[in-house]
Amino acid sequence: MDLSPSGLSIPSTSRRSLLRGAGGAALLAGAGIPLLSACGGSGTSSDPKTVSLGSNQSDAVPKKAYADIYAAFKKQSGITVKVNTKDHNTFQEQINSYLQGTPDDVFNWFAGYRMQFFAAKKLASPIDDVWAKIGDNFPAAMKKLSKGEDGKYYFVPLTTYPWAVFYRKSVFQQHGYEVPTTWDQLVALCKQMKKDGLVPIAFGDKDQWPAMGTFDQINFRLNGYDFHVELMGGKASWTDAKVKAVFDHWSELLPYHQDGFMGRTWQDAAQTLVSKKAGMYLLGSFVAQQFTKKADLDDLDFFAFPEINSAYGQDTVEAPTDGFMVSKAPKNHDGVVKLLEYLGTPAAEEVYLKSDPSVVAASTKADTSAYSALQKKAFEMISSAKSLTQFMDRDSRPDFTSTVMQPGLQKFLQNPKGVDSLLSSIERQKKTIFASS
Amino acid sequence: MSSETTTKTPEAAVPPPGPAPVKRVPRGRKRLLTRRDRITLAFMAGVPTVLHVALVWVTALASIALAFTSWDGIGFGSIKWVGLDNFKQLFTDNPQFWPAVEHNIIWFVVLILIPTPFGLFLAVQLDKRIRFSRVYQTAFFLPVVVSLAVTGFVWQLVYNPDTGLINSLIGANKPGHYIDWIGDPHLNLWAVLIAASWRHAGYMMILYLAGLKGVDPSLREASSLDGANEWQTFKNVIFPTLRPTNTVVLVVTIIEALRAFDLVFVFNKGAQGTELLSILITNNIIGESSRIGYGSAIAVVLLVISLAVIIPYLIATFRKERRA
Repeated sequence: MDLSPSGLSIPSTSRRSLLRGAGGAALLAGAGIPLLSACGGSGTSSDPKTVSLGSNQSDAVPKKAYADIYAAFKKQSGITVKVNTKDHNTFQEQINSYLQGTPDDVFNWFAGYRMQFFAAKKLASPIDDVWAKIGDNFPAAMKKLSKGEDGKYYFVPLTTYPWAVFYRKSVFQQHGYEVPTTWDQLVALCKQMKKDGLVPIAFGDKDQWPAMGTFDQINFRLNGYDFHVELMGGKASWTDAKVKAVFDHWSELLPYHQDGFMGRTWQDAAQTLVSKKAGMYLLGSFVAQQFTKKADLDDLDFFAFPEINSAYGQDTVEAPTDGFMVSKAPKNHDGVVKLLEYLGTPAAEEVYLKSDPSVVAASTKADTSAYSALQKKAFEMISSAKSLTQFMDRDSRPDFTSTVMQPGLQKFLQNPKGVDSLLSSIERQKKTIFASS
Repeated sequence: MSSETTTKTPEAAVPPPGPAPVKRVPRGRKRLLTRRDRITLAFMAGVPTVLHVALVWVTALASIALAFTSWDGIGFGSIKWVGLDNFKQLFTDNPQFWPAVEHNIIWFVVLILIPTPFGLFLAVQLDKRIRFSRVYQTAFFLPVVVSLAVTGFVWQLVYNPDTGLINSLIGANKPGHYIDWIGDPHLNLWAVLIAASWRHAGYMMILYLAGLKGVDPSLREASSLDGANEWQTFKNVIFPTLRPTNTVVLVVTIIEALRAFDLVFVFNKGAQGTELLSILITNNIIGESSRIGYGSAIAVVLLVISLAVIIPYLIATFRKERRA
C-alpha cells in the first residue's frame, strides 16, 4: 500500500471528476428519455380531416397503387389518409403487439380466419354500417369472407388472386396436350409429359408454404369446402380417413413433381416453366411476376385444379383476398367510415388495378375492360366460385400452420410412406394448440 | 460547473504535502465522499444495477415463469397457468425438439473437431512469418468479419440445387441426379456445417495466433537446443503454453454452438434436418404464432443446457483464481 500524497490524491481526483461526469451523463440520459417519448406522443390528437392507416404494402408497385387510391379519396372527400407503411413480413410478425398498442385507425389485412381471430379478440371494430352501403358491390362468397364468427362484418376486401395450375399454351399445343378436368386425366397427362422429357409439375418448397397450396387443392376437391374449413378451424380430426386420402392422392402425384424441391424457391421453380422445361405449376397468379418477357407472359395460361370428387367438382377456388380492417378504437370514426365506404367501391379497385395488374378486383362490379386475358380468366374463376378459401396459413391459426403444418408437410414430402404417424403427431399437437385460448 | 469543481477539489482533497501520517488517510478518505459524491456514486452503481436487473434478471425470470403458462401475447389477462404441460408436450409430442437438441450437440462436436484444430494449424503456419502472411491472415479472417446472415446467403447460392456452384460443376442439377444440399435432411446439416466451419476456422486462427505471439521465443530456442524436432517442440512446449487460449477457444466454441441461428435461418429457416433450439424458440415466439409460453419453455431448456456448461467452467476458473 503506497500512501504517498501523490499516489492518493491524483487518482482520487480523476476518479471524482469521472464520477461527476458519469453522473451528469446519466442525468442527461434520464432527462432525455421523457423528452424522446414526448416526441413520439405528439401529433396523435384526432383531426377530423385525417385518417391514419397502417400498411403492409411495402413493395414499390402495390405501395404506389394504394397511394393512388388515397389521393383519389382525398379529392373526393377532402380527408387525408396518413399512411404508415411497414415491411410486409415485419408488419405480419408484429401484428399482435401492433393491434394492442396504439394502432392506426385502419390497417391492411387478410380475409378469413386470420381476420376472425383478431375480431374475436376484440382487437378490431365491426363495420356493419359500412357494409350497409357497399354490400351490393360484392358477390356472396366475398361477403362470407368478410364476416367474423359473430356474423358481423369486420373487413372490406379490395383485391384478390386465384391459385390454379399454370401452363404454357405453346407447350400444350406442341405436344397436343389437353387441359385435364379430372384426377385420372391429370395423372395420365403427367405420365405423358414425363415420357416427352418434360418435368410434369414444377415445384419448390424451400419457403415451406408452397406445399400448403397443394394440400388445400387436393383437400377441398376431395373432401369439399365444408370439411376443409372444419379441418383448418381445428374441429375435424387430422387422423380422419378423409385426410389420409388426401395424402394418398398427393403421394400418387409426387413422383411427377420436380426433383430437389426441398431446396428450391418458388421463383426458381417458376423459371423452369418460363424456360419450358416444366409442363405445369400449381401456384398463385403471382407466378406471372417471373414472366418478364411479354411474349412469355402472353403464352401463360392456367386451369382450375381438376375434379377429384364429383360431389364437389371444381366449386371451390383458393383466392387469398387483401383488404382493410378497423382497429379497436379508431380516433376518427366518421372519417374511417367514409374511407371504407370509398374503398368498397368498384372505383377504388379500378384505381388500384391501373398500377398493379397482377391481381383482380374483389368486387364483381369493377370494370373489367382493362383486364389482361389472364386477369379476365382469374376474375371469372373467382366470381363464379361457390366458395372461396384463403390459403392454409390464412384459414387456420398462424401458430398451428407455422410451427406444426409447415414442418409436417415437409416431413411428408421427404417420406410419403410415414403418413400415419405424421398425422397422429399433427393431431396431438393440434389439440394442444387449439385448446390453448 | 465541472471545470470549477475539478479545479477546486484537488486542493480540498489532497492532504498537506510532505510525509503524511498514516492515520490521517482513512479520515481523509471519509471526507472524500461528500454528499454530492455519494449521490453520484449511487447513480453510478444504481443505473447499471437497475439496467442489469431489468434487462437480465427480470426478463430471464419472467421467461422462466412464462414457461409454465400458456399465453398468446394478447393482454395479460390471457395468461393461463398450465404447470408442466409445455415441457411435457415438448418432450413427448414435438417432433422437432429432440432433433434440435441433437443438432446443437452435433454442431458443437463438429466445430471442436474440425475447424478448431484447422484454425490452430493455420495459426502455427502463419506464425512462422512466411511471405504474404498478412494476406493469408486477412483471407482466412474475412469470413469472421462478414455477417453470418451474409455468409448464409452466399452459401445458399453455392448450394442452390438448380443454379448453384456445386451442382453445376458436378452436373447434379438434372432430373434424376439432383443433390439437394439445402433440402435433403440427411445432407443439409452437414452442408451448413461446412459454411459454419469455414467461418469458425478463421476465428480460431486469430485466437491461436494471438496466443502464439505470447509464447516466449526463448522456449523455442531452448527446445531446439535440446534437439527437439518441430512436431516435438509444438507438442511438448508450445501447445501446453497455449492453455489459457484453449480455455477461451472452448468457451467460444460452446457459445457458438448454442447460439447457432442466423446462418441456418438464412440458409433454410431451420427446415427438416437443420432444426436448432434457437430457431424453434424464434418460430414459436416471434411472428404471428405467439406461443409465448411454449417458446419460453424451449428457451428454458436452452438456458439449462447453457448453465450446465458454464457453471463448471466458472467454478474451475474461480478456484484457480483463489489458489493464485
